[in-house]
Amino acid sequence: MTTDHEDRGVPGARPTDRGRGERRLAWWLTAPAFGVMLVVTAYPMLDALWLSLFSYRLTDPGGREFVGLRNYAVVLSDALWWQDVWTTVLITIVTVSVELVLGLAFALVMHRVAFGRRVVRTSILVPYGIVTVVSGFAWRYAFSSETGFVNGWLGLGDFAWFGHRASSLLAICAAEIWKTTPFLSLLLLAGLAQVPDELGEAARMDGASAWQRLWRVTLPNMRASILVAVLFRALDAYRVFDSVFVMTAGAQGTESVSFLAYRQMIGRTALGLGSAVSILLFLSVVIFAALFLKALRVDLVPVRGAR
Amino acid sequence: MKGRGRGAVRMLGAIAIVAWALLPVAWIVSLSLKAGDDIQNRRFLPTVWTLDNYRTVFRTPLFTSALRNSVGVSLIATAISIVLATFAAYAIARLELRGKRLVLGFALAVATFPVVSIVGPLFDLWRRVGLYDTWAGLVLPYLSFTLPLSIWVLTAFFRQLPWELEQAAVMDGATRWQAFRKVMVPLAAPGVFTAAILTFLFAWNDFVFGISLTSTDRARNVPAALAFFTGSSQYQHPAGAIAAAAVVVTVPVVVLVVVFQRRIVAGLTSGAVKG
Repeated sequence: MTTDHEDRGVPGARPTDRGRGERRLAWWLTAPAFGVMLVVTAYPMLDALWLSLFSYRLTDPGGREFVGLRNYAVVLSDALWWQDVWTTVLITIVTVSVELVLGLAFALVMHRVAFGRRVVRTSILVPYGIVTVVSGFAWRYAFSSETGFVNGWLGLGDFAWFGHRASSLLAICAAEIWKTTPFLSLLLLAGLAQVPDELGEAARMDGASAWQRLWRVTLPNMRASILVAVLFRALDAYRVFDSVFVMTAGAQGTESVSFLAYRQMIGRTALGLGSAVSILLFLSVVIFAALFLKALRVDLVPVRGAR
Repeated sequence: MKGRGRGAVRMLGAIAIVAWALLPVAWIVSLSLKAGDDIQNRRFLPTVWTLDNYRTVFRTPLFTSALRNSVGVSLIATAISIVLATFAAYAIARLELRGKRLVLGFALAVATFPVVSIVGPLFDLWRRVGLYDTWAGLVLPYLSFTLPLSIWVLTAFFRQLPWELEQAAVMDGATRWQAFRKVMVPLAAPGVFTAAILTFLFAWNDFVFGISLTSTDRARNVPAALAFFTGSSQYQHPAGAIAAAAVVVTVPVVVLVVVFQRRIVAGLTSGAVKG
């Protein structure tokens, strides 16, 4: 990461023809990708913002009416919205914290294990690569009191996992944790690989126990990768949709915010109200990410030479 | 003595990880081999092993068409993303470009935002312009998450390439474009391939767009078809057939993961931990 562009573009100097040509080429190479991203996301997003200001149902296009911010008032004063937000936050906190501990344990094992390294890394990629809907079905049928083995293994008899809120959420969290811990643990493994071995060695010489070395040496040196992994996973967990849809369809108070937005827009074709939910969902993600990045001072976009 | 004890702990840890990762997969395979009352036997393994569910699945037109749609749509979205992202990543990693941070930051923001947010407007728009329930109507929104992923993986990869070779080619009289195409593209091919695998896995996983923007076997993808599958008859529990279909769509994933394990791990982690 050393070759840089110091030789070109001295501030204030006139760019050479070659520099200008390179910039033009760079622009032409980037423009299509940037443009497509803008069109496929920013345009629908602005459209959603616009639609959220209307009372508009697809089944009644004639009744479309400008209502200003009333949709937002309706959503924010609805107990269901707040319950769904709380459910989503709960799922996010539970899955991310369990995954952080599990993922770290996995990373520590994978970092050191010599024998069967390939087998371990290959197996851990299977949950990562598997379709979320498939994982949802596997866990739903595993927990179900009709088809599942979980009750038999745990000696729970006919316990209806999907008949109660807490146990339904637990099942959803289990599925999410299984599916996404590998991603977290691989990110942590990469962070672990960057911690110089000498540090741990030196601490060992000084008589530090394995536990102390983990807490005082290894983890502080992995700070950046832990924060990045947690942020990515938290943002991902907050939009949980597939598992909820497949496992409970939002029953027993397990509806997530994404599911609420989907149900309003596609299920009820209430585009105005649903768009307001979408915009609020989007805003909460943006605010969370901004606060997280600000509070912990993580730079996610390390650009060469722009330190 | 102590060293050996730690080795044994690690070994046990490794076995635990493998079991943890594969047990649910083994369960869905086992469930797919059950038939009739066996599906509700509430045990892990079937009492009678049968392939009936697989026959049912491949005789269900909704599933076979969904398989075709999923493969087609995911491949097209992957191809478009990779081509566009390769150009962009080259410019970001290699060339003088104002607004690198803007492009990368925007890609990151797009990759992390809730996809459900854009489903409603697309649903409305697609119905008006005739893209509802078509391949194109899925490929376009797929780009919103496949393109940022490809850009990040490829940018990280391109930064590690030996670009001196390109300089050398330019010295020898090649234009920048020739240097890019003739020297760097072959070197970059493995990274591009890795990015393609990851991108394909993402597209293959899509559910939100699949259920919202399709309605028939014209474009409905596998995850959506699975979620709406109700079994071959109302008298049979659909779990067996759904499990068989689930296994069928998991096989390509497992094959990719087994063959390209090292590359997938490298590609997954390269973008995220720099700095």
